[in-house]
Amino acid sequence: MSATIPNIITVKNLVKKFGSFVANDHLTFEVKKGEIFGFLGANGAGKTTAIKILCGLSYPTSGELSVAGFDIYTQREKVKRNIGYMSQRFSLYDDLTVFENIRFYGGIYGLRKKEINARSHLLMERLGFEAARDKLIRDIPLGWKQKLAFSVAILHNPKIVFLDEPTGGVDPITRRQFWDMIYEAAHDGITVFVTTHYMDEAEYCDRVSIMVDGKIAALDTPDNLKREFDAPSMNDVFIKLARA
Amino acid sequence: MKRFRGFVIKEFYHIFRDYRTLLILFGMPAVQLMLFGYVLTNEIKDAKIAIYDPSGDVVTRKISDKILSSGYFILERNLNTVAEIDPVFRQGNVKLALIYEPGFAGKLEKTGKARIQIIADASDPNTANMLVNYASGIISNYLVSMNSEKVPLQIVPEVRMMYNGELKGVYMFVPGLMAMLLMLISALMTSLSITREKELGTMELLLVSPMRPSQIIVGKVFPYVFLAFIDACIILVLGNLIFGMPIAGSVFLLLAESFLYICMALSLGILISTVTNSQQVAMMISLVVLMLPTILLSGFIFPVENMPVIMQVLCHAMPPKYYIIIIKSIMLQGNGIAYVWRETLILAGFTAFFLALSIKKFNVRLS
Repeated sequence: MSATIPNIITVKNLVKKFGSFVANDHLTFEVKKGEIFGFLGANGAGKTTAIKILCGLSYPTSGELSVAGFDIYTQREKVKRNIGYMSQRFSLYDDLTVFENIRFYGGIYGLRKKEINARSHLLMERLGFEAARDKLIRDIPLGWKQKLAFSVAILHNPKIVFLDEPTGGVDPITRRQFWDMIYEAAHDGITVFVTTHYMDEAEYCDRVSIMVDGKIAALDTPDNLKREFDAPSMNDVFIKLARA
Repeated sequence: MKRFRGFVIKEFYHIFRDYRTLLILFGMPAVQLMLFGYVLTNEIKDAKIAIYDPSGDVVTRKISDKILSSGYFILERNLNTVAEIDPVFRQGNVKLALIYEPGFAGKLEKTGKARIQIIADASDPNTANMLVNYASGIISNYLVSMNSEKVPLQIVPEVRMMYNGELKGVYMFVPGLMAMLLMLISALMTSLSITREKELGTMELLLVSPMRPSQIIVGKVFPYVFLAFIDACIILVLGNLIFGMPIAGSVFLLLAESFLYICMALSLGILISTVTNSQQVAMMISLVVLMLPTILLSGFIFPVENMPVIMQVLCHAMPPKYYIIIIKSIMLQGNGIAYVWRETLILAGFTAFFLALSIKKFNVRLS
């Protein structure tokens, strides 16, 4: 990543405390426009806390944060307009059909009816979901739900999409397909901020940060990290870091 | 505005695709009304009695006729001996027994005094009390009509039961039922629908979107305002058609007050959903914390005036109490806002209080 590419997320000294427990301890990092940024860490390392703060679901205790070029304290609404979010539960409404879900999420982002119809048509075609358009979400397989949840999260063409453990619970083939979708989105210019605890997925990212106990223990490209820690895979990098 | 419309449409999909929700929304009011109207009645009708009449003269027969034609009592059997009284009560059908003394008419003629014994089954004390009152009332009426020419000094109480001349239980149940059902539908349903989004994880998605939290809450609550309002109308119409529940006052005022009450209950529902993330807990809180007090402490079934002081104080903190006062006043007494403005203000105060508290709680959660 060259220095000429502008930062789309800037975080300086982010601290989040729950009582006396420090979930995020002075996090400082930048995400560059258009990259796939992996946010790694063990369960409870503070990944979800940080992603929630970046999405505006939770307030930081202190620190400077700018997302999509807007200040997270004073320009919340503008931040929200420019981000997409997909939670680890692939949250969609079970009792609505595929199309109704798309229409609803398009609607709350203020998309016009025409746009929604056009984009959902495109989306179904791309996913091969045409036959499932009017099926209830509860009747479609988990892998489809995951793809749909991601598509819905980027339906309004956000600058950044936050993915909170988007590949939990699906099979390796579906996971691979899902990463193809992520690449496609990145190719379209959407910055991808993804948390995961699958270390093989870390290899797919442009850069990764690894959190241990609320702190960022390492941040670089996967290749540089493997070289630095003299490890054959990201998995080994992670184990070395976590044991240190 | 368009966003809001889409949101409300989605909410209606949820409601109309879930038959349980529909059942609660539209089945329950009708069923409850029937239950309370027909089953939980404390009016006396056709209570079975036994009569032991050893004298069998004109006077005793006339008294028995009066009692049996009153509509309150029906003759189960005539007793032949005093010994039959005890077994007849033990069988459980007979609630009251009338026992005339022998030579009733003769004694009355000669000494001006004759005795009737009234024996009641007091294993249900309220019913026994009412039966005895009805029976003695009929007897004393008869006595008054009998010697109206003879006795110079008489005090005859002219009783008039205002607003509910026939002492119909429905007049009490319909307002209470409105208070209970509107509370249930508004508070339970909204708290369930909001916690459901939390359980599904869709609430996070909504909060990440450009929609403001207040828009989300209003969007979720709006359909229930509408549906609860329809329910209020269903109860009023059924109550009127089936049970003859009057609406003496302004229908518009009645609906406006119901709307205020619905808003109060909805804000309670929102408050509940800020306290918990699970539908089950929300349901428990709604049922236990809201329903029981609504039934027990609102004056719905049990008069507040007869409770211990501490409970009375507690009753004053129950919003349904004020709603029941208001709609009784409008429906039965035909009063206008001039008579219920205080209760209306209290209800509005409760609404504002619950809303403010929910907003505060909501903000605390977010941080």
